[in-house]
Amino acid sequence: MNTAAKTATAPRTLAQKVWDDHVVVPGSDGAPDLIYIDLHLLHEVTSPQAFDGLRLANRPLRRPDLSIATEDHNTPTLEIHKPIADPVSRTQIDTLRANTAEYGVRLHSLGDIEQGIVHIIGPQLGLTQPGLTVVCGDSHTSTHGAFGAIAIGIGTSEVEHVMATQTLPLKPFKTMAINVEGALRPGVTAKDIILAVIAKIGTGGGQGYVLEYRGSAIRALSMEGRMTICNMSIEAGARAGMIAPDETTYRYLEGRAHAPAGQDWDDALAYWKTLPTDEGAVFDAEVFIDADELEPFVTWGTNPGQGVPLSEVVPDPSTIDDPNERSAAERALVYMDLEAGTPMKQIRVDTVFIGSCTNSRVEDLRAAAEIVKGHTKADNLRVMVVPGSARVRIEAEAEGIDKIFTDFGAEWRFAGCSMCLGMNPDQLAPGERCASTSNRNFEGRQGKGGRTHLVSPLVAAATAIRGTLSSPWDIEQDAAATETRNT
Amino acid sequence: MQKITSVTGAAVPMKRSNVDTDQIIPAVFLKRVTRTGFEDALFANWRQDPEFVLNKPEFAHGGVLIAGPDFGTGSSREHAVWALRDFGFTAVLSPRFGDIFRSNAGKQGLLAGQITEAEVEHIWQMIDEDPGVQITVDLVERTASIGEYTISIGIDDYTRWRLLEGLDDIGLTLRDEARITEFESRRESWRPKTLPVK
Ligand code: SF4
Repeated sequence: MNTAAKTATAPRTLAQKVWDDHVVVPGSDGAPDLIYIDLHLLHEVTSPQAFDGLRLANRPLRRPDLSIATEDHNTPTLEIHKPIADPVSRTQIDTLRANTAEYGVRLHSLGDIEQGIVHIIGPQLGLTQPGLTVVCGDSHTSTHGAFGAIAIGIGTSEVEHVMATQTLPLKPFKTMAINVEGALRPGVTAKDIILAVIAKIGTGGGQGYVLEYRGSAIRALSMEGRMTICNMSIEAGARAGMIAPDETTYRYLEGRAHAPAGQDWDDALAYWKTLPTDEGAVFDAEVFIDADELEPFVTWGTNPGQGVPLSEVVPDPSTIDDPNERSAAERALVYMDLEAGTPMKQIRVDTVFIGSCTNSRVEDLRAAAEIVKGHTKADNLRVMVVPGSARVRIEAEAEGIDKIFTDFGAEWRFAGCSMCLGMNPDQLAPGERCASTSNRNFEGRQGKGGRTHLVSPLVAAATAIRGTLSSPWDIEQDAAATETRNT
Repeated sequence: MQKITSVTGAAVPMKRSNVDTDQIIPAVFLKRVTRTGFEDALFANWRQDPEFVLNKPEFAHGGVLIAGPDFGTGSSREHAVWALRDFGFTAVLSPRFGDIFRSNAGKQGLLAGQITEAEVEHIWQMIDEDPGVQITVDLVERTASIGEYTISIGIDDYTRWRLLEGLDDIGLTLRDEARITEFESRRESWRPKTLPVK
């Protein structure tokens, strides 16, 4: 990576170590390194043209045993036993089924217990492990970096390249340390950390970098929380985010279907323990975030960098110095139909979406359920809960989480990307406002004309109770106020 | 891939920053299984506004897009590059690109060249004064020019070489197949396999 640090004895970062161990052919004269790919994840949207390319060139798919496919982006989340109503979506799914059958690639279809969002099922199966290179034709592949893997999203031409060669020509990245020290207050989550990071460094701040999240606040997170953070690295412009593996990582992996076992486990563990960044290794850039200070965070605009603590107000574009950012903010306020100076907590929403590869694991659903338990959703509000995978759904049901949500008045759906990108029928109507646990608040992302506020599962749950953007702290205060009134 | 040495076309202003790939091509258009025919999908939501730049006759055939910073951020969809190409764009100039977009562009022969914010502003002004003005992006010289106004563009050596030679990445990599096989023979047994299904 940082070529100066490439000698064996010099201290290296986590990213440099994983990179060095995957160089098949080192690049010379400005050419990229040829990097071996350990795991290739596939889904229906970005693969059909790649399979076609393979077929046209009469090339085999080199390593079906390092590839796995799922149906997630445009699958329905209701009545999944019926044929997909939209003929174009159905064709895409049928194409994936035909392609994977032809090339011998393992596929988890709708209805299968391992079906789900591609970035949920890799870790769930134990396929995502420290020290790997992981790619997928999807930008949120960065999720898998939470295990200490180099995981990057790629385009369809690159998907075809990996199919044909199991490698990718890649230019070394620079490294950026994101140091998050301190302890999160209750009610503040991994989602708030990453939204704060993006607000701080901007949507272009991570460009050309692998971000390594470090520090006591990161170490204290579960694997689920770490995945939430790495997931949104792309929203800061970085292609990858990483977190060094530790006991939390090993505990998560041990015993999973595709985790190593027996002697392989011991060998793997010994290797994984060599991966964390060496003392004295130099990052190309460093950022510091104080975890103690963080509050629940929420976006007001149309890119994920346009966020503020929930207790603040919609910012005034005229106070922004950078002319591009200022005009982006002005345009965002028009699109979002918001006035500068409005307290974020006064913003009323129409829909709450709990789902997506950012926040749809059991831990997320459990946390949101704990808040809504015993409450009824606000009037005139729809609440949609979409588990990240069929297995998450089943696990949640075993804990009674589905019941808590349906009693609350929420819809309990089948697994998939759903309203994160609205390729299936789960879309916002024009003008509809949504508090969403997903990762992108782009114009029209959740449906044409839809307005998105990115939030944590806890804020989503609190918002669903009160109908306006709210934090779990507000729910506690409401409860305390009611108690005082009653005594 | 075809060799590219230079492209010429109308300079088309995209006076926004942070144009993400969800705007370049909304997700509803990603259901297709073909690699061409995405011209109707390009900026589909914005094009419904009659005032949108691509609805003006002088810009309706594409050319060279001159965009604000952070063009092509967000989703990895290569469809964004296909849609620009299908609409008639041969190059995009911007102060900053989304990494994946830039890489996708390089694979598909869409020139993505870096210029400064001041240069973007200047070209926008030239377009305002003379809508439809032609711009030439010269890959050999690494320049962009409108009449007498010439600036240098940033594009990495390797991408430039591949575009100039019209080289296909997969073909290039397969020249090293023996080394891939050798690398595979050294892979540790603990590394995961997706098959057989467990
Ligand atoms: S949940 Fe959203 S971000 Fe994640 S893979 Fe699906 S569409 Fe992409």
